[in-house]
Amino acid sequence: MSKIFVAGIGAVSPSGWNVAALRAALGKGEPLPTQPMVRPGWEKPLQTRQVPSPPVRPEFLAHPRLRRTSPITHYAAAAALEAVANLRANPAAKNLRLGIVVCLQSGCVQYSCRFYDETLKNPATASPLVFPETVYAAPTSHVAALLENVVLAYSLVGDPSSFLQGVALAAEWLAENRVDACLVIGAEETNWIIADALWHLDRRAIVAAGAGALCLCRDSKLSAGVELAAITDAHTFSARLDRTQAAQAMRAQLGKSSPGELLCDGIGDSPRTDDAERAAWSDWPGQRVSPKKILGEGLMAAAAWQCVAACDAVAEKNVASAYVSLVGSNQQAIGARFVRADFDLSTATSEGNIRP
Amino acid sequence: MLFPPTPLPATPPRVVVTGAGIVTALGLGWKLNAEGFRAGRRAFRPVTQFDVSRQRVKVAAEVDLPKDFPATKLNRRQLERLDRAGKMLVLAAQEAWRQAGWESAENLPLVLGTTAGGMLLGEAYYRQALHQPAHQRQQATRAVHYQPQVQARMVLDALGFSGPITIISNACASGCNAVGHAFDLIRSGQAERVVAGGYDALGEMVFSGFDSLQALSPTVCRPFDAKRDGLALGEGAAVVNLETLDSARRRGAEILGEIIGYGTSIDGHHLTQPHPQGNTTLTVMKQACANAGVTAEEIDYINAHGTGTPLNDSSEAHAISEWAGSRAATLPVSSTKASIGHLLGGAGAVEAVVCLMTLREQWLPPEIEFETPDPACKFPIVKNSQDTRVNVVLSNSFGFGGVNAALILRRWA
Repeated sequence: MSKIFVAGIGAVSPSGWNVAALRAALGKGEPLPTQPMVRPGWEKPLQTRQVPSPPVRPEFLAHPRLRRTSPITHYAAAAALEAVANLRANPAAKNLRLGIVVCLQSGCVQYSCRFYDETLKNPATASPLVFPETVYAAPTSHVAALLENVVLAYSLVGDPSSFLQGVALAAEWLAENRVDACLVIGAEETNWIIADALWHLDRRAIVAAGAGALCLCRDSKLSAGVELAAITDAHTFSARLDRTQAAQAMRAQLGKSSPGELLCDGIGDSPRTDDAERAAWSDWPGQRVSPKKILGEGLMAAAAWQCVAACDAVAEKNVASAYVSLVGSNQQAIGARFVRADFDLSTATSEGNIRP
Repeated sequence: MLFPPTPLPATPPRVVVTGAGIVTALGLGWKLNAEGFRAGRRAFRPVTQFDVSRQRVKVAAEVDLPKDFPATKLNRRQLERLDRAGKMLVLAAQEAWRQAGWESAENLPLVLGTTAGGMLLGEAYYRQALHQPAHQRQQATRAVHYQPQVQARMVLDALGFSGPITIISNACASGCNAVGHAFDLIRSGQAERVVAGGYDALGEMVFSGFDSLQALSPTVCRPFDAKRDGLALGEGAAVVNLETLDSARRRGAEILGEIIGYGTSIDGHHLTQPHPQGNTTLTVMKQACANAGVTAEEIDYINAHGTGTPLNDSSEAHAISEWAGSRAATLPVSSTKASIGHLLGGAGAVEAVVCLMTLREQWLPPEIEFETPDPACKFPIVKNSQDTRVNVVLSNSFGFGGVNAALILRRWA
């Protein structure tokens, strides 16, 4: 089995349009301000955390394929370009065969609502320019067109935990030499209907938008100093395995930890939703960061932010290894561990745990 | 662990199909569908599921769901929450499961392709939130159950197994990618058995979308015909149970066919239009053949993506003609979308099951409305029902966004 490294990371979040902004927001540790979102028929708006306008219009928006795209594609493209920036600057990485896995939960909701609204009013005037942008695969297609050398692409839909299934799929493509590098992107956009739906399920959650991206590679020389050490099984929720049990099964597979390590968890502001994950990690002895508390419920983007934050902490040499815990909303629990690329993996145990 | 994965086996195992379930407008189950496809029956009728009075086109291939849903392990409340797409999915999965003779299992992967999942629930949610915002009844349930992974969990619960769920949404290639991904999971040693399939239900938004693009045929869907003027929409689901040959033999299972090759790639040409010369189609057909260890000479039939739109069929015809070379002149091709419409995320899986039918029963599905071939077609279109020897078949699927996929299946004899 070849080793899999992280070649780069990218992020767009309510904190801004790059990893540095994400790092700063998480470092500060204070929830970002919220913005009101009006929903039809209600006097009191819902609260959301939106991605701020970029300080300058991103150059990639001049690409012909991105002219009519909705924010989810902008976020995915920006995170992807940041994650591949080092690869693109490296002459040794020229002509790499690139794969893309884009993970989504809600997907292209802005244009979907717009097009359906047009359909309800009068289908004869519903815009044919908007409809193609409603499909889950649209952002994948646009990012692939932007990056040009993409040979393999999947769009995966699921709850936020499936971001790590996307990472595992990318690792598999790399191990089988189908691609030389592979981007895994988690992206979401918001509108009133998503905020409304989330309100029905969790009154305390604050919906957020953005994207996160990891670029994986096999070649250690292209590594950003981070190696993928483990991804647990997908512990699917069922009548025999509830969320709490699934979270515990995920935690057990990741093995014991030490105080010098970092946990990037998915805990937000909702006791009911967070209980399973809190219980699974109740004995965690080390540092912990909870991006959702700062940035909001970004669904698949939030899962990607957790992974980006974990890799960033390792790449910045703040910690030797970092865990990611994804206890999804209605599908499964999956965890992962990223380590420093120079970490001595010979001490790894059979359960995937690595002694510090 | 998903990573590090199980080491690749020295020799990839052979992957066989031991169960197949299918739901289309031709009927529920293998028998009705085989009869319909063999005769080239067309299943289009005026749309009844939603108002099409202001649409340009008013027909589609709708499924007649059974009034009494067959018994599964779903409880009454779960059954009430199944939408149309979920019902078709569970019906197809149940048929495949019973045919394979599988029993409750842990850690059995489920791979599904869909473009819309439970979009009908999403549409209902939107209408209620917009027009009756104070009326919140059922909204939380809709918000959960429109998500495809929740529908996938219904399949697990209905049949009594558990395992990882993967939902691939590569637009209209999704079903083919799902079966292909399941094939990959077994070949790479990550699973011994996998349930895979695709599904989509007709919905107002998607129907309106294709109508707005003027992609729907106002006359008759005639793939590869020089006078073709668009596609027809359909709905349905198909599920296959895949396992290693060793596993099937250990169980003494009846084998319906073998999957021997899979190729997939992406065409960055345009969001909705294929490359005019079908470059990526050519790539995936070559990939699938290389994967299967067969040449164009050995392919006995192609179940084409063949939507009936001018651009798709021209591009695919170029690719097939170039890929097949001299073989093209005698290579039978047809598109079963002429019978059941385009099933979007379900298409690739349904067409894989149609390929199994041709291999099992030794006939080719015709396009009975086909008249004049497009000049780009260097191959014959199957116009009449044909009983013939079929050993190896290829199935193409392409989607908005540019993902192309091809599967190769072989007769089990």
